[in-house]
Amino acid sequence: MRVCVVGTGAVGSLFAAHLAQVDEVEVWAYDVAEPHVEAINRNGLRLTGNADLLGHVHATTDPADIPPCEFGIVATKSMFTRDAIAWAAPAFGGGAVASVQNGVGNEEVIAEHVERVIRGTTFPAGHVVEPGVVNMDTTGDTWLGPFEPRPASMDEVSRLARAITAGGMNTIALEDARGAQWTKLIFNAATNPIGALTRLTHGRVCELPETRRLVTALVDEGKAVADALGITLDSDPDELVDHAARVAYEHRASMLQDVLAERHTEIDALNGGIVSFGREQGVPTPLNEAIAALIKGLEHSWSQPR
Amino acid sequence: MDAEAGPGTPGAVTLRRVCVIGGGTIGSLLAGHLSRVCEVWVLTRRAEHAERLEREGLRISGKSELVGRVRATSEVSELPAFDLGIVAVKATDLEQVAALLAGAAPDATMMTIQNGLGAENVVARHGDWPLISSVTFMSGTRHSDAHVEYELDTATWLGPWSGTRTSMAAVEAVARLINASGLRAEVFSDLVPAQWSKLIFNSAINSVAALTELPHVALFADEDALGPVVGALIDEGKAVAEAGGINLYEDPWEMNLLAVARGETNRSDYAHLPSMLEDVLAHRPTEVEFIAGAVVREAARRGVAVPLTAAVHRLIKGREASWELPRTRPAEVGV
Repeated sequence: MRVCVVGTGAVGSLFAAHLAQVDEVEVWAYDVAEPHVEAINRNGLRLTGNADLLGHVHATTDPADIPPCEFGIVATKSMFTRDAIAWAAPAFGGGAVASVQNGVGNEEVIAEHVERVIRGTTFPAGHVVEPGVVNMDTTGDTWLGPFEPRPASMDEVSRLARAITAGGMNTIALEDARGAQWTKLIFNAATNPIGALTRLTHGRVCELPETRRLVTALVDEGKAVADALGITLDSDPDELVDHAARVAYEHRASMLQDVLAERHTEIDALNGGIVSFGREQGVPTPLNEAIAALIKGLEHSWSQPR
Repeated sequence: MDAEAGPGTPGAVTLRRVCVIGGGTIGSLLAGHLSRVCEVWVLTRRAEHAERLEREGLRISGKSELVGRVRATSEVSELPAFDLGIVAVKATDLEQVAALLAGAAPDATMMTIQNGLGAENVVARHGDWPLISSVTFMSGTRHSDAHVEYELDTATWLGPWSGTRTSMAAVEAVARLINASGLRAEVFSDLVPAQWSKLIFNSAINSVAALTELPHVALFADEDALGPVVGALIDEGKAVAEAGGINLYEDPWEMNLLAVARGETNRSDYAHLPSMLEDVLAHRPTEVEFIAGAVVREAARRGVAVPLTAAVHRLIKGREASWELPRTRPAEVGV
């Protein structure tokens, strides 16, 4: 089996390095960061923290190098999905492509370029320590299921899930992966921008009554949209919030990391996604709308003269 | 200068000596200008600030050019009796400063000029001075302890505070003095409608600026950017005012449009940093409890839902918490 991971930042590297542990899987990595790609080709892809392993991975910055693949795993930040899949798509002419990205709307973009698409959601997180080295900050499950409008077969979904699981990251194949995706979406949309706007770690956001109440108000809007879409959530996002406060007190949400580095955030795929699906379903989401506008404003502030 | 507007104008109210409490931007603009028409004392927090004012005077540049001779001290006990006290400290420092003033200048009239709601009540708890409410629209930039630049030369509005028996004559005398000094003042018999217009404006603009770190720029009125959020916050504030039977003096959304238009056309590099954003950038406590927090409290009292104002209030409280020292986690204490 040949798999290409598209976008090997933290999450993409976790998938690539774990898959590379499986004998029958040949792993490719497509990324635009040259130092990272060179380091991976020179020394292999190393994981530290919650995983301690070295993966043999073929990395490239040139999509023309990628041989035909059975599977693709798109792990870019959601705002880069469109460009990344447009470049990488020729490698997946006969294959199926999964998204393991944050938010909603990525599968729709991938489906514009490839025949068979897999809806995916993943909980493990990490950060790039240096080129070629990624720390696995948290472990957790990954869920995959056919993307309804352009579905991969259940057989394909199961084969990819088995391979990732064999590599050491537990992955569950589902007929309907929307529940898992929306559970994580609602969790992320309720916590990430609060961390980003207040600069507080996840634990502090949950500890302060003011911010904790705001998280619940955002969760409630997300649940109402999921409900209108007929999606049954995997678990209560509000309980996930408290669970995360216990296991990841010091965690700085990825959106907070983006804000501190003055990088564009994934707000469009998170709160923006809830707002647009809400609009489609006639469910008002005023808080998510306001939060999305504030984050966009904050992004804009970096281009103000100062 | 208006000859009739000087100190000692007939009308029973004599304003020979003014004490400005707080030498921030607004306090300095008032002290520097007023020193042209009466004796001015400045009460500062830091002794070196007072020493520098005594030594160098207070320079105003920009819309006015002057060096005001002022007296200054950081000790309340060193203040002589004064006729008018202008309390120009930040709302967050008001309680502490008003407590220091208790017993000082028993015959003075006191004027508050803080953002938001509630300053008069705080001062009234510490003395029975007649109180004048005010809201100011002037702005400036503080370059040093002894130099402030006067930027927006817009008016300060004054009115008698309903909680004390303040005469209109006293308010008019203060307004005449301020106008004579080169600043602009207007008198209102009831300032509440104007106070609420500015409260609602500040609750929306200052909160959004503090959270986005944007100065008050055109995006705040842009339908494809922050316009909807700013508009929704303003609408919540208006609903609270309406529930309280307050007819706003000015529409806060129109104030937003006007401020943005002035910012965009008057001077291309003009971009006003609302004070709450300055506080956030400097990691100081903000006035959020007196502004968005005041709207939330008044809304609760009147049974009006203000979910977005509550949200920005909570976010700013969270932001303030981010620059407190990290608290020890229960897990680190060990059980």
